[in-house]
Amino acid sequence: MADELERPGGEPVEHEAEPHLPSPTIWPFAFAGGVGLLLVGLIISWIIAAIGAVIALIFGFLWIREATREVRARPVAEPEPEPEPVSELAIPEEGEEEPERYPRSVFLEMSTLGVGALIGGIVTLPALGFMIAPAFVDQGYEEVDLGPLANFPEAQYVITTFYSKSNEGSVGRRTAFIRNNGMKDDVPSFTIISNRCAHLGCPTQPAGLPGKEQEVKTSARPVAITPVASVSGFQCPCHGGAYDSEGNRTAGPPVRALDRYQFLIKDGNLVLGTPYSVGKVEGTGADAVIEAYSLADPGQHVDGPEQIFYPYIP
Amino acid sequence: MALLMAPLNWLEERSGLVGAVKYFLFRKVPAETNWFHTLGSATLTAFLVQAVTGVILAMYYKPSPEEAYHSIQHITNDLTLGWLVRGMHRWGASVFIILLFLHMGRVFLFGAYKYPRELNWLIGVILLTMALGEGLTGYLLPWDETAYWATVVAININGNAPIAGPFIADFLRGGAEIGEDTLARFYSLHMLVIPGGLFALIGLHLYLVIRLGVTEPPWTRAAAGYDFDENGRPVRQGLVEPRPRGNGSLGTPARSEAEV
Repeated sequence: MADELERPGGEPVEHEAEPHLPSPTIWPFAFAGGVGLLLVGLIISWIIAAIGAVIALIFGFLWIREATREVRARPVAEPEPEPEPVSELAIPEEGEEEPERYPRSVFLEMSTLGVGALIGGIVTLPALGFMIAPAFVDQGYEEVDLGPLANFPEAQYVITTFYSKSNEGSVGRRTAFIRNNGMKDDVPSFTIISNRCAHLGCPTQPAGLPGKEQEVKTSARPVAITPVASVSGFQCPCHGGAYDSEGNRTAGPPVRALDRYQFLIKDGNLVLGTPYSVGKVEGTGADAVIEAYSLADPGQHVDGPEQIFYPYIP
Repeated sequence: MALLMAPLNWLEERSGLVGAVKYFLFRKVPAETNWFHTLGSATLTAFLVQAVTGVILAMYYKPSPEEAYHSIQHITNDLTLGWLVRGMHRWGASVFIILLFLHMGRVFLFGAYKYPRELNWLIGVILLTMALGEGLTGYLLPWDETAYWATVVAININGNAPIAGPFIADFLRGGAEIGEDTLARFYSLHMLVIPGGLFALIGLHLYLVIRLGVTEPPWTRAAAGYDFDENGRPVRQGLVEPRPRGNGSLGTPARSEAEV
């Protein structure tokens, strides 16, 4: 205890028999305050975060110093001359220069442990790999045939519900908002926005007047389309995220614009390609300039200073 | 009586289990324990209820995207007493978490996390986290809209963690998006992985409780710095005289006995 170290007179202190408690200190409170300020600062402003970080560092250091004072102040015990570890099997032999003995029991111990670890590893590692690896490899996106271009009227959003994977059934059902932007330089232009909210992935809804749902027969999987008139933007029911008609965030907690899909046109059919994430969109329709990034999960920043938190996205 | 004791004696002679159980049941605890000390046992009971009802539910539940919802409906509406067992498991989950927090509050307010019981507090924190993990993974299993979207949001919250987040989210989903593997994965975590860890750590938790003994409430004489003479009568410690250290004045005679 700290008070023992300061006690004059220096009575012998028995360390073995008492609890090793750190002396009471106020520093953790200041440290916690600094961490709190850092967290608040991450949301509000980088200056506050920096101040919080400095406070946390300083008081964290003081706390560690206080907590380890007893250990550090304790006089370093003279390394007692340890008796040479003499094995029972080691028979003292004649001669001054005795080579270091490597007892048989130690060898057996080590080899048993080693062989055990080897067997354990051979069994465990593939199983662990099977647990983890499939979640990260072969993450392709299938192309989805959405039917003839004629189903997508110009300058109007169409809610399109489709099955993203051929072998998954209704779990793979996804929704995209598709707008035909007409021709741009003799090339058809589509705006295809994923309904997945960029906050935490709830399904956003278009703010407009939905028409009648209609089934589209495609080569493989059924597609349902619902035209929506005069879409002013998209809204999320979960936490109030709001987006404009290009998918840019206008209000609420989302961290970026709505994700989009690449598309291609095959035999007069619109075909959905790989989805990608969007920082923000300048301009509208066919003239839009899209800040595209590879697909990130909802809530992960793709641009701005916060992107340092997501340096690598599998 | 002899007839009753014969099998117990047989067992005791070969395993020592009877003695161990006796030691557990008749070990000394501080005189001034109170009802708050039962919160830990209550939490354990709630966990055992979850384990038993969960095992029974697993006999009827089908963890595949096409069948999960219908099997839950089948359990609830068609099977005899299915509504009861599912209800016990569903509401018992909340009871378990509430009792965990009350137990944690008791330990905190009684100062029972202090030396030499810090390790047991740490194990308790891991147990709490795992119990919350049970709540998260179990919530998806009914496979209705609430379950699905709550899990989407929960996984994406995990995905927001700096650096590791995207990997955690992909691991939980079993891929880039919630798919047919996600439900089976959550089912495995919910009924095999996390419960296994819970059982192991609860065992360690209880072992440490028995080894270190029960803490007195902070208002007791022992906690207030009294010593006890050999008759167990409290002896006031002088305030001027520094308390002698390392002689078992840390607690009651009962507890220091347990520490030996």
